[in-house]
Amino acid sequence: MASVGKILRRTFLIGSAAIVGGVAFGAYYVSRPAANPLRPAKGETALSPFVLIDQQGVTLFAPRAEMGQGVRTTWAALIAEELDVELDQVRVLHGPAAAAYYNSALVGEGLPNKGYDISDFQHNLGEALGVLGRTLGLQVTGGSTSMKDGFERMREAGATARETLKQAAADRLGVDRTQLKTENGTVIAPDGTRIPYTELSEAAGQIEPPEVELRDPSNWRLLGRNLPRVDVVGKSTGTAEFGIDVRPEGLKFASVRINPKLGGEMKSFDASAAEQMPGVEKVVDLGNGVAVIATNTWLAIQAVEAIDVDWGDAPYPPETDAVFAEIAKSFDTSPNSTMRDDGDVDTLPDGATEITAEYTVPYLAHSTMEPMNATALFTGSALELWCGNQAPTLVQIRAANTANLDKEAVQIHTTYLGGGFGRRGELDFGEIATKVAMAMPGVPVQTTWSREEDMRHDYYRPGAMARMRGAVKDGQAVLIDGKVAAQSCTQQAVQRYTGLPAGGPDKVLVEGFFNQPYAVPNYRMSGHIADLDIPVGFWRSVGNSHNGFFHETFMDEMAHAAGRDPLEFRLELAKAEHAPSAGCLQAVKEMSGWTGETPDGVGRGVAMTYSFGTPVAQVIEVVDEDGTIRIAKAWIACDVGLALDPGTVEAQMFGGMIYGLSAAVMGEITFSDGEVEQYNFPDYDALRMHNAPVTQVKILETNQHMGGVGEPGTPPSMPALGNALFDLTGERARTLPLINQFNLLV
Amino acid sequence: MATALKINGKQHQVDLPDDVPLLWVLRDEVGLTGTKFGCGVAACGACTVHIDGEAVRSCQVALSDVWGDVTTIEGIGSPDAMAAIQQAWVDHQVAQCGYCQSGQIMQAAALLAENPAPSDTDIDDAMQGNLCRCGTYPRIRAAIHDAASKLKEA
Repeated sequence: MASVGKILRRTFLIGSAAIVGGVAFGAYYVSRPAANPLRPAKGETALSPFVLIDQQGVTLFAPRAEMGQGVRTTWAALIAEELDVELDQVRVLHGPAAAAYYNSALVGEGLPNKGYDISDFQHNLGEALGVLGRTLGLQVTGGSTSMKDGFERMREAGATARETLKQAAADRLGVDRTQLKTENGTVIAPDGTRIPYTELSEAAGQIEPPEVELRDPSNWRLLGRNLPRVDVVGKSTGTAEFGIDVRPEGLKFASVRINPKLGGEMKSFDASAAEQMPGVEKVVDLGNGVAVIATNTWLAIQAVEAIDVDWGDAPYPPETDAVFAEIAKSFDTSPNSTMRDDGDVDTLPDGATEITAEYTVPYLAHSTMEPMNATALFTGSALELWCGNQAPTLVQIRAANTANLDKEAVQIHTTYLGGGFGRRGELDFGEIATKVAMAMPGVPVQTTWSREEDMRHDYYRPGAMARMRGAVKDGQAVLIDGKVAAQSCTQQAVQRYTGLPAGGPDKVLVEGFFNQPYAVPNYRMSGHIADLDIPVGFWRSVGNSHNGFFHETFMDEMAHAAGRDPLEFRLELAKAEHAPSAGCLQAVKEMSGWTGETPDGVGRGVAMTYSFGTPVAQVIEVVDEDGTIRIAKAWIACDVGLALDPGTVEAQMFGGMIYGLSAAVMGEITFSDGEVEQYNFPDYDALRMHNAPVTQVKILETNQHMGGVGEPGTPPSMPALGNALFDLTGERARTLPLINQFNLLV
Repeated sequence: MATALKINGKQHQVDLPDDVPLLWVLRDEVGLTGTKFGCGVAACGACTVHIDGEAVRSCQVALSDVWGDVTTIEGIGSPDAMAAIQQAWVDHQVAQCGYCQSGQIMQAAALLAENPAPSDTDIDDAMQGNLCRCGTYPRIRAAIHDAASKLKEA
């Protein structure tokens, strides 16, 4: 067991060596070993933090939040591909919160380039900057980054483990390592004898890992194929464990109420009625809210709702109209960023026709199916916390601060997530559960929010506005000048996570706005930050979720003003700028049999967005059925560069689209008296079986770099639907949700 | 006073107030966590179970009103012995986050028991009370059709 540190150091150097050589600052940190997150017990050997082999078998660690996107399966497949194990023969666990599980790709996303025009140099620079992720110990699942992050490192972890096991077998057999083969968790000797990895693991722990080479993709047996998800049996039999299902011995059940005027204080409360209710064991003062611990979650919810509380006011305008007036005001301030400024937008080209439009989209809730919850056991000197979360190391730090403990005294168990969409990257549910459990030391307490509490205490997708000006000439776009205004998720989140103020240009506010792959000679896109204290956060596809609607609705308006077919108009502009994006448009054109003509009562719209490294084009078809409009069909084409699991990519594409269409049709969070007016699904619904479109997905792989898949399906859905409704009705959709303007089937 | 319930073929004595919904009896008292809490107002279907074979929202049935034998997702099959409908869910790789799928499966099982060959419209009608925020609807539909044809062959 001498060389865990060495092995770790090698594991991280391997794969990043070429990058490390190029960055002196990074090299120092990259070569510093991360803390061993696995603490192998006697008889176990930690070959790398992503592989554990003991007498019981092989365990792979996929330390990314499984919130439905299939990451646990594909991440494990990256390791298994090189390690030569079968996914149904190994255990796949999430593992503990650990700095070694940093996300390198997420930090690389912060570079101020457009993404699609990234050169190899910039690509490498992005990966090199990824070392900062490790330096900060940022273990985050978000930004559609998992496969970009894990693709090299996990295959190298698998290959390193395999070759080390082979070396152990070679030593035992007295042969050369090159004479050995591996298959299904065994090393095969020249005479055909098979030695299970489990028998070699202890000896392998004493061996310096050899240099490894990754297999050529033409030899892959797992990657690039539809693999059975490792979580699908559990999720089809009710046996998969979500945060809300954790049942430690002696568990008590709690529920919570925080000030519905978000961020306001709690002046006083009277819990005398609640204390007398059945099953109630304790009322907890949380400072800005109250919780009740009881013998049953439902009894806790009844009791916490019976507490009479005097709430202080919210620190933002109490009505929706006033909030949006404040957002509009920020257009008059100087821009926070202008990340694209090509040509001269101030001069209208001779003979060009100018058009302008203003768009508005509402605040949105994440509305995960599993309401926020976490389970905590506080002993006075240590804390255990169970929850589905997207950022275990951050949860760990927040819980430690809350309980006044060292980080090392806090153990985080990450379960399956009943939906994430960005909501479970926040730290509030873990902090609240910690506070509640601290009121009953030695007893595990599960704090579950009611749906109403969840809906009304989100970190919302910010409401946003755009003012667009453009010009067309001879059937082509010659000028786009756009301004977007919204609260900054980034600045607020940095403040929330670190307590430090954040400044500088916010790329997230303008992503999907400044970096769309269209060749327009005069092109300026600016972001304006609205100064409001409504809690906002990262909602599937984040800035792209509003900017996709703004940009792609305006493209449609320009095509219309130019007298062009909206798909051909885009295709021409994309061909000149980014071939994979044009390829997606061409693909949906062919899949949908797009002619630019539709029969009476049928409308079609198209949109294409580039986000998280992946261009996605969608065509949506709407049908008028006796005055009710149904979203009948959808065609999606994406170019992910490399589809590691096509079945999962397909699922993320149609799922991401339905998430976006749900918001486009009916998603809207509004405020009155400082409180969110939506309480539960009847006020904030989503598409269902009967009104979701029949969908076809095509996956292309021409993109030079691997793109994300969890989020890119969402942004084009909203403008594609709005554009289809324009085609059907002649009315332009400039404000979401669409149900306020069109008689859509709900 | 304890209330007697028959759940997945087994008798239970439950000592909780009469108005506690069946959902919370199953989850917090009996320890059957496969049935999920989504909304508490019968708007999402995540808590769907069967009472005497009928699909009901367990968040809306008070303990004292449970009128028959209760079957939950754990009662129709297990990882080692899945029901045909569960196998169809696996074959079609339906689940994403998976949180709503117990309810989807229980609703679909009740549909197939009543209508062995449902049309797309029948599926729309039966399943529209079950919300899925991951948007797995296309694969749910395919899995129901597949389970229907397999059950017909069997």
